[in-house]
Amino acid sequence: MSNAKLPSTVRKSKGDDIVVSGNQDYVTMTIADQMFGIPVLQVQDVLGHQRITRIPLAPPEVAGSLNLRGRIVTAIDVRLRLGLTGRPKDKPGMSIVVDLRGELYSLMVDSVGEVLSLTKEDFERNPATLDPRWREVSTGIYRLNGQLMVVLDVPRLLNFTTIETA
Amino acid sequence: MDDLLSEFLTETNENLSVLDVELVRLEQNPNNPELLSNIFRLVHTIKGTCGFLGLPRLEKVAHASENVLGKFRDGELTINPEAVSLILQALDTIKSLLAVLEATEAEPPGDDLPLIERLNLCAEGKLGASAPAAPAPVAAPPPAAPAVAAAESRPATLDELEALWNSIPGPNDPPPAPAVPASTAVVARAPEPVEEPAPSQDLVVPDAEPVAAKMPAPVAPAASGGNSGGADAGAEAATKESAVAAQTIRVNVDLLENLMTMVSELVLTRNQLLQILRSQKESEFAAPLQRLNHVTSELQEGVMKTRMQPIGNAWAKLPRLVRDLAHELNKKIDLQMLGADTELDRQVLELIKDPLTHMVRNSADHGLEIPAERVKAGKTETGRITLNAYHEGGHIIIEIQDDGKGLAIDRIKQKAIQNGMASEGELASMTDQQIIQFIMKPGFSTAAKVTNVSGRGVGMDVVKTNIEKIGGTIEIKSAQGKGSTFVIKIPLTLAIVSALIVECAGERFAIPQISVVELVRAASDSEHTIERLKGTPVLRLRNRLLPLVSLQQLLRLDDSEDAKKPADETFIVVTQVGTYTFGIMVDRVFDTEEIVVKPVAPILRHIEMFSGNTILGDGSVIMILDPNGIASATGEMAMGEAAGKETTAVQTQRQEDKMALLLFRAGEGAPKAVPLSLVARLEDVDLATVEMSNGLPVVQYRGKLMPLVPIDPNFVVASEGRQPVLVFADGDRSMGLIVDEIVDIVEEKLNVQLAAERPGLMGSAIIAGKATEVIDAGFFLTQAYKDWFGSSAQEGFEEEKLQRVLLVDDSPFFRNLLTPLLSVAGYDVTAVENAGDALALCEAGEDFDVIVSDIEMPGMSGFDFAEAVRHGSRWQRIPMVALSSHASARDLDRGRIAGFNDYVAKFDRDALLFALQQTLTDQKGAA
Repeated sequence: MSNAKLPSTVRKSKGDDIVVSGNQDYVTMTIADQMFGIPVLQVQDVLGHQRITRIPLAPPEVAGSLNLRGRIVTAIDVRLRLGLTGRPKDKPGMSIVVDLRGELYSLMVDSVGEVLSLTKEDFERNPATLDPRWREVSTGIYRLNGQLMVVLDVPRLLNFTTIETA
Repeated sequence: MDDLLSEFLTETNENLSVLDVELVRLEQNPNNPELLSNIFRLVHTIKGTCGFLGLPRLEKVAHASENVLGKFRDGELTINPEAVSLILQALDTIKSLLAVLEATEAEPPGDDLPLIERLNLCAEGKLGASAPAAPAPVAAPPPAAPAVAAAESRPATLDELEALWNSIPGPNDPPPAPAVPASTAVVARAPEPVEEPAPSQDLVVPDAEPVAAKMPAPVAPAASGGNSGGADAGAEAATKESAVAAQTIRVNVDLLENLMTMVSELVLTRNQLLQILRSQKESEFAAPLQRLNHVTSELQEGVMKTRMQPIGNAWAKLPRLVRDLAHELNKKIDLQMLGADTELDRQVLELIKDPLTHMVRNSADHGLEIPAERVKAGKTETGRITLNAYHEGGHIIIEIQDDGKGLAIDRIKQKAIQNGMASEGELASMTDQQIIQFIMKPGFSTAAKVTNVSGRGVGMDVVKTNIEKIGGTIEIKSAQGKGSTFVIKIPLTLAIVSALIVECAGERFAIPQISVVELVRAASDSEHTIERLKGTPVLRLRNRLLPLVSLQQLLRLDDSEDAKKPADETFIVVTQVGTYTFGIMVDRVFDTEEIVVKPVAPILRHIEMFSGNTILGDGSVIMILDPNGIASATGEMAMGEAAGKETTAVQTQRQEDKMALLLFRAGEGAPKAVPLSLVARLEDVDLATVEMSNGLPVVQYRGKLMPLVPIDPNFVVASEGRQPVLVFADGDRSMGLIVDEIVDIVEEKLNVQLAAERPGLMGSAIIAGKATEVIDAGFFLTQAYKDWFGSSAQEGFEEEKLQRVLLVDDSPFFRNLLTPLLSVAGYDVTAVENAGDALALCEAGEDFDVIVSDIEMPGMSGFDFAEAVRHGSRWQRIPMVALSSHASARDLDRGRIAGFNDYVAKFDRDALLFALQQTLTDQKGAA
């Protein structure tokens, strides 16, 4: 991961001025063998396996809450949010902590990969045929070498009012 | 001091300090537009606030300064030291005015014309480089003026000020008086007699503040000669800034909150360390940890204090309020406030402000009698309301006491019956204490008439809700003729609470200690055992039955992992919410812990079982249970876990209120429901005793034959076994409806969504999350006795002719529900679906004895209908009863005004029948 981070930080100083370059940095992750990405600036932390307190009566996607250096973080099982089956018990998984309007959420994924810097040319809108549940939480797709990366829209991923209707 | 004023002083003093610095910087870089606009903005703010607070003198000075600055900004004037000095001088004037304001809470009288004039001249560009020329027209400070140009700004302005002030009269003169002698003295010396010298003399500080004491300046020895304050005093005045500003700093609340969080973390870490220490016998860390312990505690206390405010802040408006009330109500009221300096958390303070105001208002309006009455009762003319606040344990107790007439139990009873909250029989068996509780119910107001002050029906229930929201309780004591006392108990702070940690199904939860009354261990070997009433657990506690709530069921926890707990041992947390006491069943109880309440994430806010979450000493996150939420959930929810609460979100249609429904299964298809109020009893019939009569199955029941009617016409009654039966009864007749299984009783909003085609079925509704068929009880009644409605009426009301009722309700469901109900009760019912149809009947010459009308109807509302009936229609003397799901006092009064004789809550069959009977009797009596 460290080798990937270096260029990204270099680029950030450039990109901070104006986003003309069209390059965006994404933290990648894998869920059920599919690669996803979240803009690096939205990511606060990457965690390994954590002890989670279950929250009774919460929506099924809410796995529970955990203590991150004194702040209570709500853990979201992204698999369930995306309409996939729950993670097998024997795999510990990892979490990406994001901030949404001052609240911290930990997105539970299978694994977290490197940070990629991607150009606009490889970006594409969601195919119209994509599962509506995925289309709902994704802003688009990046064509990478050998695989596709789905860009997750964090606010929409955490907008639980849409879940009930879905 | 007035909050607003002191805030203004603090803020303005801050701004002035900034201005001082900025102006000097501006002088050094005159071409910095950013600096200039910042200065302009600050002065503008000061001007604006002064205007807002009604401080004309300050406003004028600020306005003149702003003008000059405006010219600078627009480039019409160049920035030069003279002009800057002049502005600084204006600022100093403002400062001195503020000093007076701070000391006396009032702006000194007079104005600052000379200064303003110079500022205006400056704005017109006439002051420019020829500074010494400019002051010429100015009266008071001529000698000092040249100095402005020459000297550097600060001392120069001091001189200026002294010059300005030097005509001030003796400091001991009362502020309004000095004008005459002082101004004559100055006028005599002033070069321009036209000029009003009065301006400067008015910086009077009555309490001999040194501001007024001046150097014996050449102009006005007469005024200040006798003063020995001297130069030091003058300097002091300038440097003193403001006592208010110096003693307080303004800190963003977020910063404090952040600090609080950090300290909470520190506390938790310390707790962890202490826990580790306990397990080690000898440790070199012991001493430093002890020290850390102390420091942390003190730090925590200190930070907590930053959030604390005296409760007096919430009381500040009360004396005025009470005074006005006394005036308005022609009462004599003495308001005593004790313990105003008792401190509590800012957040809590905000939340109790309104409830407190409301209760004091109540005491003044309802509680205290008018002087004549008081004298008659042998009391002093002046009624007394006492507010008392003090600490007790981790709580604050606030008492609101009046020595008035006490709560009128009879009136409360009367009102409770009227509002259909209780029947006379129920009331008779209640203690006074229980009856008093009714005043906390929504829509309850005993004020005979709605006054400007209170009696609008939004009252104690709101107070109670607000107080319970912050985890507080409210208690009422009342003695007839002696007065009443309200005791509010609220937690000191919402941020840190003491909580009991319990475990259930392997999960830990915190219960706020304030609502925990006691802990009971129930096991097979202890004196307390849990007993069950049709599956509902209860506990005998000191000869009382305590309803129990299983936390596991409530939170739908499955104890798959932690099945190891001894099943025969349960702990019961006896919890009190208001006057409702219940037990929460948990598996284990740990100790109590001080916890920092943090709000739950927004996506979890809808779960009302939790009031927050927190991090325990061991670093794990734990949910905090909300006893209020549990109480309201269990009060309405049947124990079965099937009773989902999801449906509430779906049903947003108007006029649906909750009603008790009996859920059962019978025959094929969806579960069925019938309003519980129609069912007399539930019976379990031994099928062996069923006989056939007249082709119908009957059973001997209470010495009579009761026909049994199956819901499904093809149902064949088995010859043995037992069968649940719903018994509908009227007078001495009863009928049994055979069902397969009684499922549950739920409180739900009944919203019939699909009308049914089949006879015997009213339609389908979502009940407990499932599509449920609502049966038409009337249909089955006529199946048993063809003449059910007619005959019962004949029997019950033989001696008089049938009373004719006109029922107006837009909902077919209610028409179907109420028609059989009223028919059974012996009324001849005509139902129409809207007010228009009803009025058409009136036109058609129909006559009724009483009209029952819904309020919320499309088109013409119930109120309009009543008004139409009352104003000139043929029916204007027919009594009318309003029927509504919103039986608040306001509606009630509105109904009365519109012409309704009575007002009944929907779904309350007894109340409706009672009201009808009452209304008809009244009518007969009147006729």
